Amino acid sequence: MSERVLTTLRSDPGRLTTDPGDPQDVDEVDAALTLWVLHELSYRGFEDVSPDAEWEPAVLALRRHLQRDLEARLRARWPGHEVSRETFADDLMAFIESDDGPSVASYVHSHASADQVLELVRWRSIYHLRESDPSTWTLPRLTTAPKAALAELQYDEYGSGRPDRLHAHLFARAMEALGLSTRYADYLDECPLEVLEMNNVMTLFGLDGRLRGASMGHLAAFEVTSSVPSGRLVKGLQRLGMAEEIIDYYAEHVVADSVHDQIAVRLICAALAADEPDQAEDIFFGAFTCLDQEARFARAILGRWGVAA
Amino acid sequence: MTTLPERVLVCPGGPLLLRGCQTYTDGEGVEHAVDRTVVAVCRCGFSGRLPWCDSTHKRLPPDKRPD
Ligand code: FES
Ligand SMILES: [Fe+2]
Ligand SMILES: [Fe+2]
Repeated sequence: MSERVLTTLRSDPGRLTTDPGDPQDVDEVDAALTLWVLHELSYRGFEDVSPDAEWEPAVLALRRHLQRDLEARLRARWPGHEVSRETFADDLMAFIESDDGPSVASYVHSHASADQVLELVRWRSIYHLRESDPSTWTLPRLTTAPKAALAELQYDEYGSGRPDRLHAHLFARAMEALGLSTRYADYLDECPLEVLEMNNVMTLFGLDGRLRGASMGHLAAFEVTSSVPSGRLVKGLQRLGMAEEIIDYYAEHVVADSVHDQIAVRLICAALAADEPDQAEDIFFGAFTCLDQEARFARAILGRWGVAA
Repeated sequence: MTTLPERVLVCPGGPLLLRGCQTYTDGEGVEHAVDRTVVAVCRCGFSGRLPWCDSTHKRLPPDKRPD
């Protein structure tokens, strides 16, 4: 499907069909790759695909079909959570902090080889080379208080007005120092389903205003579970004597995400839940989904390295 | 340091967020340069990057975490 979709996008996007084929023969990886390609049209697109394709009804129909399918699978994994108005922020923080999923960072800290770290960087590059972009789509969907807080968080992610401090750029410089390509998605072909899917999830939550609660819950879980693992990665990268730039990237996240996580939970999510109570449970759904996707990513890469997770 | 109420946020179990400071003076009177709009000041005392929070508080037993 992904091959056929790309070929049609290059020639005549209007001819794309929604026909998913027999569900039995739809390959999960192929479906995820197809959705990733369609989502890409809403970022910077492809050199050989007309920018008109982004809003082509046939493209939107297929994208919608694949997104619905993805969302249904995510909802099926979500056990639900009791939400309290009074203690929303503390509950959300505790819910995320109690996550005990497998940790890639702990393995990198004391065992991983330099080649394994390079593989991790290549897989992570699908997100980090456009770090923060998916949550930016949520900004105009928010009410005043959560909007101001998200803008403040994103301002820091985007370098506070300094291109050389923009996180995605810091990651690109780190990849360059490691001798890797910094062209977006150059390593997509080697990435497993788990990487495609975690990126599709972020784009889906960001693009769809209906899912603004899930988008901000996802952001909160991402930020809350970033600082401690980033500290472990710093130690592992130092142990391996890897390039300063990649060490600096993670060191920056130890401090930055100790600020971002509080902003995300207390100033964005709690304010959003207070202003729009019908979003409260979806905030937890988004947080759960982030942790669940990260756990699947960790099992995929640790499994590949022969480590029990 | 004069601060407006919306410039300070006490985070239960974690740091203190300060918004819009040029410098931060710690308990010993040492001045630290501030390079971001919002900073998190450690309240648990166990950070490896004092005066800033490095999320070490998340790994402390509940009774060691600041109120
Ligand atoms: S309050 Fe976060 S490390 Fe001390
Ligand atoms: Fe970042
Ligand atoms: Fe962050």
